[in-house]
Amino acid sequence: MPGPVQSIERAAAILRLLARGSGRLGVGEIAASLGLAKGTTHGILRTLQGVGFVEQDKSSGKYQLGATLLHLGTSYLDVNELRSRAINWADALAARSGEAVWIGTLLDGKVLIVHHVFRPDDSLQSLDVGALLPLHATALGKVLLAFDTQAAACLPDTGLEPLTRRTLVSPAALKRELTKVRERGFADDIEEATLGQASIAAPIRGYGGLVVGAISIAGSVDRLCPSSAGRPDPALVDFVQNAAQMISRDLGAGRW
Amino acid sequence: MVAHYVMSVDQGTTSTRCILFDRGGRLVSVTQREHKQYFPKPGWVEHDAAEIWRNLEHLAPEALHRVGVDPRQVAALGIANQRETTVLWDRRTGHPISRAITWQDTRTDTLVAEFAKHPDAAMVAERSGLPLATYFSAPRIRWLLDHTPGLYEQAECGDVLFGTMETWLIWNLTGGPDGGEHVTDVTNASRTLLMDIRTLQWDPELLAFFGVPAGMLPRIRSSAEVYGRAERAVPGVRIAAALGDQQAALFGQTCFARGEAKCTYGTGSFLLLNTGDTPVRSTHGLLSTVAYRIGDEPAAYALEGSIAVTGSLVQWFRDSLGLISTAPEIETLARSVEDNGGCYIVPAFSGLYAPYWRSEARGVIVGLTSYITKGHLARAVLEATGWQTREVVDAMNADSGLALTALKVDGGMTADNLLMQFVADVLAAPVVRPMVAETVSLGAAYAAGLAVGYWPDLEGLRRNWHRAALWNPAMDAERREGEYANWRRAVERTFDWLQPGTEKSEKPEK
Repeated sequence: MPGPVQSIERAAAILRLLARGSGRLGVGEIAASLGLAKGTTHGILRTLQGVGFVEQDKSSGKYQLGATLLHLGTSYLDVNELRSRAINWADALAARSGEAVWIGTLLDGKVLIVHHVFRPDDSLQSLDVGALLPLHATALGKVLLAFDTQAAACLPDTGLEPLTRRTLVSPAALKRELTKVRERGFADDIEEATLGQASIAAPIRGYGGLVVGAISIAGSVDRLCPSSAGRPDPALVDFVQNAAQMISRDLGAGRW
Repeated sequence: MVAHYVMSVDQGTTSTRCILFDRGGRLVSVTQREHKQYFPKPGWVEHDAAEIWRNLEHLAPEALHRVGVDPRQVAALGIANQRETTVLWDRRTGHPISRAITWQDTRTDTLVAEFAKHPDAAMVAERSGLPLATYFSAPRIRWLLDHTPGLYEQAECGDVLFGTMETWLIWNLTGGPDGGEHVTDVTNASRTLLMDIRTLQWDPELLAFFGVPAGMLPRIRSSAEVYGRAERAVPGVRIAAALGDQQAALFGQTCFARGEAKCTYGTGSFLLLNTGDTPVRSTHGLLSTVAYRIGDEPAAYALEGSIAVTGSLVQWFRDSLGLISTAPEIETLARSVEDNGGCYIVPAFSGLYAPYWRSEARGVIVGLTSYITKGHLARAVLEATGWQTREVVDAMNADSGLALTALKVDGGMTADNLLMQFVADVLAAPVVRPMVAETVSLGAAYAAGLAVGYWPDLEGLRRNWHRAALWNPAMDAERREGEYANWRRAVERTFDWLQPGTEKSEKPEK
């Protein structure tokens, strides 16, 4: 096992220093206090600033703890912000796939629908924003479960609620399914929440690759899984993953 | 190489965006960069036109690069632009004479008040279709000519050129000082106060009235035709469309028939109603403007209601009050309370636009009590956009004799579900968002694509339009009317605040 990472130790020391006393310090003061080179200190501060852990005062140039640190345990990306950043790509996904698009985030052991784009056939549809879906029976939920350890902890240890005869009700089966989701980078639900309906979802990532939500298309199982093998159409899977990647890139996820 | 895409440039108030669309009108690639806003004095708002051109030079190739597209695969480029923003530049060096004076800038209020006293002032609204107000380009040109020694002579002989942003960008794209095309389109020209809205030509009497020499003006072309080929940024690509941003949005929403209307929610908000092939004169403070003109076909006209401050109120809430860290968080904050708590914000930051046209009005927050929290203020911020929409719709219904049955919406604020529901509630009509929220960019792309035959006709474009979201009204009538009455009382409290010298700004002639 490798030893401690020096720059992380130093970053922690800087945060402790800023948490103490008046809370506003210049680069020179921090460097002098910790016995570090000014350049090194500046580099670490800029990185901490990039992830929101420290903020720089515009007029004085001094550093203080960032607001993000105060909300570390809670949702770190505002859901309305997520919708606003994703809306163009969600539209493009609906247009390309011909299906309805949902974006979901985790809320109290459920999937919260934060954005909904109608299926582009101009039929009568109503907005499902604000609706809650089960985690274990939807593609959105499976993506959130697979990439968010906190979400997995929300699940009961015993049987899961069956919604159709295809719903995965055994925790062991769901666990195997989630391993598959992590390997493939997408999830599907084929008549697991509603008979005749299917959905395909992929993770939306923010800074550092952290999964902040999931995007899915949902529609009739005949269209989403046209082959008799009961697998989702690879072209549609590509569209969903591509949209997720474009949103992730806009959110600053870097290489994802 | 087969042309697969159309490129659209949206030169907006806060940023410039470059979007690549495919044949289905679907978004393929987006690049965006903000430019600096200059506020040198109260009421002054300026942009650096050179910075905006540099941004485009960077953004256009980057949009292609991101998806591995060669400029030869781009059938045409169309421009949609912030309207009325005025830039003067030196034809030989390509350098702007000064920073561009934007559409929000009110420095010409005294000048406009003087023009209004002139015996021929009534001719302006008659010919141009617009009220004599600070929002349009002609007084800005005159202001720049008056405040720069020797400029008038240079403008007269065409050494100094005038343009709105599309003119500036087309001139630079097509070569700049080395033979750049100096052109504008009918929609942008219709916002200068210098064009006759019927003949679609610069009007010599209007030029004389404002003291603007003809030598500095661009040639007026249609909104969709090939103006030239790009020499820079995306070499070889045909520049084939230009539309003011709001007309572009009307086009992108495929409001091609008389009676179709859209509202774009951005920095300001703009409701346009297609009135067919004749301009309609408003008696309720709306503008008569050119909607678009395709090549040699007859022009289509529109009635327009503009609201000065909508998205910019949210930005103010974020940047000046610091109560939220990103604009979309306003919805989160607003949802933390049930209602506005009796608080109303009327954002008359630089006067009120339609239907009031009061440039002396200034903003108010009313109904403050110790009960009011930042959540109530956030609600009042969003509701201000809803009520201002209602006022414009009421004026439009009165002028056109039609009752609006549904409103097509677009722009960044349509991502705000709370706001869109509120708009539906106060209009008592369904609000519909199309699949491509970027209708400004899409409209410019559509016009460019039509000009080069990438899309065959308007009907083909209509088939690309799909509904992405729908909000149905849910507020009961009694509550709606009660709130509307409160809003109107709040509006009255903004009147007559500013008193420039001893001279009150005058209402435009109706």
